[in-house]
Amino acid sequence: MILNMGPQHPSTHGVLRLILEIDGENVVRMMPDIGYLHTGIEKTCEAKFYQQVVPLTDRIDYLCPLTNNLCYVLAVEKLLGLEIPPKAQWLRVLLNELTRINSHLVWLGTHALDIGAMTVFLYCFREREDILRIFEMVSGQRMMTSYFRVGGIALEPPLGFLDRVRDFASRFPAKVDEYENLLTGNPIWGMRTKGVATITAEDAIALGASGPTLRASGVDIDLRRDMPYSGYENFRFNVPVATEGDVFARYVCRVREMRESIAIVKQAADGMPEGPIKANAPKVVLPDREKMKTEMEALIYHFKIITEGFAVPAGEVYQAVESPRGEMGYYVVSDGTAKPYRVHMRAACLANLQTLPKMCEGRMLADVVAAIGSIDIVLGEIDR
Amino acid sequence: MPLSPAITNLEELKSHPALALLLVWNPSAVEAVKYDRDEMTIYVDRGLLREACAILKDDSECEFNFLADITCVDWYPAEPRFEVVYHLLSIPKKERLRLKVRLDSSSPVVESVTALWPGANYFEREVFDLFGVRFSGHPYLRRLLMPEDWEGHPLRKDYPVEGYR
Repeated sequence: MILNMGPQHPSTHGVLRLILEIDGENVVRMMPDIGYLHTGIEKTCEAKFYQQVVPLTDRIDYLCPLTNNLCYVLAVEKLLGLEIPPKAQWLRVLLNELTRINSHLVWLGTHALDIGAMTVFLYCFREREDILRIFEMVSGQRMMTSYFRVGGIALEPPLGFLDRVRDFASRFPAKVDEYENLLTGNPIWGMRTKGVATITAEDAIALGASGPTLRASGVDIDLRRDMPYSGYENFRFNVPVATEGDVFARYVCRVREMRESIAIVKQAADGMPEGPIKANAPKVVLPDREKMKTEMEALIYHFKIITEGFAVPAGEVYQAVESPRGEMGYYVVSDGTAKPYRVHMRAACLANLQTLPKMCEGRMLADVVAAIGSIDIVLGEIDR
Repeated sequence: MPLSPAITNLEELKSHPALALLLVWNPSAVEAVKYDRDEMTIYVDRGLLREACAILKDDSECEFNFLADITCVDWYPAEPRFEVVYHLLSIPKKERLRLKVRLDSSSPVVESVTALWPGANYFEREVFDLFGVRFSGHPYLRRLLMPEDWEGHPLRKDYPVEGYR
């Protein structure tokens, strides 16, 4: 029998449609059908100035907007050859790790909800609210932050920002214990997740999986540690790896990742360097408001950047960062003008989604829901 | 850090392991090279792409075992019009490599690499969908993101931003 699951189905985390060929309760064949959320962002980028693309990157993966901001601005900065001051780099790392926790909290809440554990969802969203308030504090927005700029950061964070972050970082590890109390030793959770939807390391690599989906199968790679960007080499953290490759292993990896992330946040908040938050590149970075009122040149640069953008030397760059879901990559091609010639996003979810048939074929229909939750897909990123 | 100019001289880059490997295998497979902003690009002959990928993947020196991405750039109205771009990653060596194939607009076809990396399936379908580049030997070359009955390929440069309708 052919069963159509989605696109309007609460457990598909968006508008994923799965065409399932089932024999009784067993899945014989699975075919994901995507594209319901395709908005043509890559085409839109070609018609915008470089700085105007930043708000578009938020909309790709709406659970980790700052990771997308970071990946894009790093790519353009590499094209320009800009040097970013340490304070901006550390702030970027701090906010990125908060974003990772934010994204993992949504994943944990909804994933547990799919499998039938209602309470975890409420607990997770309680802590997520704290993180969103921190985002609102620095950027004025809870979700679509657009806080990073080519050459630095939009605004100096407000007074009391670091205290708030430290406060959250000191409270959060106890909250992770709470989630683990509810799930890790729970026999029902174990039965629904252990040995379910397994994938081997070879298959995961061949299918292009990355992030926790790959690490749960025993492949020890994390771009933050292995190919550091934005000053990650200054931080000490472990990369959680599991070997079972099942839903439970992916759960364990992500929960341990939250603990590592909060450790990075603490390090970043405690060791935050002093100094400017924008690169010294007047033709690229908008001048301070105060300078615009007193210096003629600053006013001219401001006018030129806003009306004509800034030209980027011709070339191409592929910049990858470790997003909460895996390898997020931006491939930016410049032809020397103020608008990108081509922007392509390498979506971690698109590749991770390809592992789904491998995980589910030959298993029970109920396991499909657990498997979808465990690869943590965001359809906005898949369809772009 | 000021930008240093791109190196495109084959002789200067010969020591790069991936390039050296391809040159030993078949010098005619390498059309051009570029080393720019710490990233290595090799332009591969379109007929030899799949074999070149297989060699880079299996060699114990390079081990480019992970296909990160496939995409395409349309250089309309220049010819050859399309550049299909492959981003490879070596998980053991932590190295990246970019392969490029140039295709003219009269026959934008290149051999599929799905036999080497099953994960290339969606990437190639996406490029086919948005650029109209065909991948011979692909098991299921259908549109991925756009509706089945869509006309045209939206990411081509001669496709208007507002669409045809």
